[in-house]
Amino acid sequence: MLLIHCPYCEEERPELEFRNAGEAHIARSTNIAAESDEDFEKFFFIRSNPKGVIFERWRHIHGCARFFNVARDTITDRFLLTYKAGEPKPDIATLSSEAGPAAWANRPPDQLNEKPRAKRSTKGEA
Amino acid sequence: MAKLATATRSPALAGKSIGGQGVSLKVLEPAGRMSLRARPAAVAALSRALGVTLPQKSKTSAAKHGRFALWLGPDEWLVIDEAGADLLADCSSVKGLHSAVDVSHRNVGIAVAGPNAALVINAGCPQDLSLQAFPVGACSRTVLGKVEIVLLRTGEDAFRVECWRSFSDYVYGFLSEAARG
Repeated sequence: MLLIHCPYCEEERPELEFRNAGEAHIARSTNIAAESDEDFEKFFFIRSNPKGVIFERWRHIHGCARFFNVARDTITDRFLLTYKAGEPKPDIATLSSEAGPAAWANRPPDQLNEKPRAKRSTKGEA
Repeated sequence: MAKLATATRSPALAGKSIGGQGVSLKVLEPAGRMSLRARPAAVAALSRALGVTLPQKSKTSAAKHGRFALWLGPDEWLVIDEAGADLLADCSSVKGLHSAVDVSHRNVGIAVAGPNAALVINAGCPQDLSLQAFPVGACSRTVLGKVEIVLLRTGEDAFRVECWRSFSDYVYGFLSEAARG
């Protein structure tokens, strides 16, 4: 089972408590009525579906119930980073260069709830 | 002359209990419960009105005089009063913006106690329930089998499982099966 770091609960939780909520950082037009059909189709239906790092919304539905954003590698299924909703999109180049084991959360239980790395503990208002 | 109709409320699974190997299950008495959501500005006033400090940290709870305040989310709490007091009345004087909904009869509480209590809950709950990760007083909304529960550790080997009333048969059955060892 994957352990996913919830930025609101500030610890790793089992994946059963989470639900995927589609691609992140898709901005809705402020004037949706003026959108052309093609633009609306792009906004509404077309997703990037990359092989590699994808930015997704996840929801800790059976926990704190908050939505947050993650950067996940679609090949290894590794969660590179989780951050609160509303925080800026992190730079993809710095993420993919990050070294470390694919299942970084596989740590002994006594170290499980420690802050893993400075980069993961992004602070800020949602 | 009109007849006066009276309805008697019958709590789900009232009084059921079971003892297994190193664990006992007991359906708890009906209690007062409130689902509370509030912005940070109103938290202090609500804590004063309720007589129990609303916890601000994830996975923590506060208890005072049979009243529990469980952190569920950054702005969300479940408040339980074991005596069944009217929690909404206590909140009514608070000026700050908040949402308080009485959910007393939505939930059924089950006490799981005994040296094997954590093992029995772990039969369906994926969280780490070791004392290190889930100390006394820790609480969390999580899953048990295929339903959502709220779990509160009331003692080193005692838990309170709160589930929705319509799920209570499933939860009680699940825990009884797990308790058989």
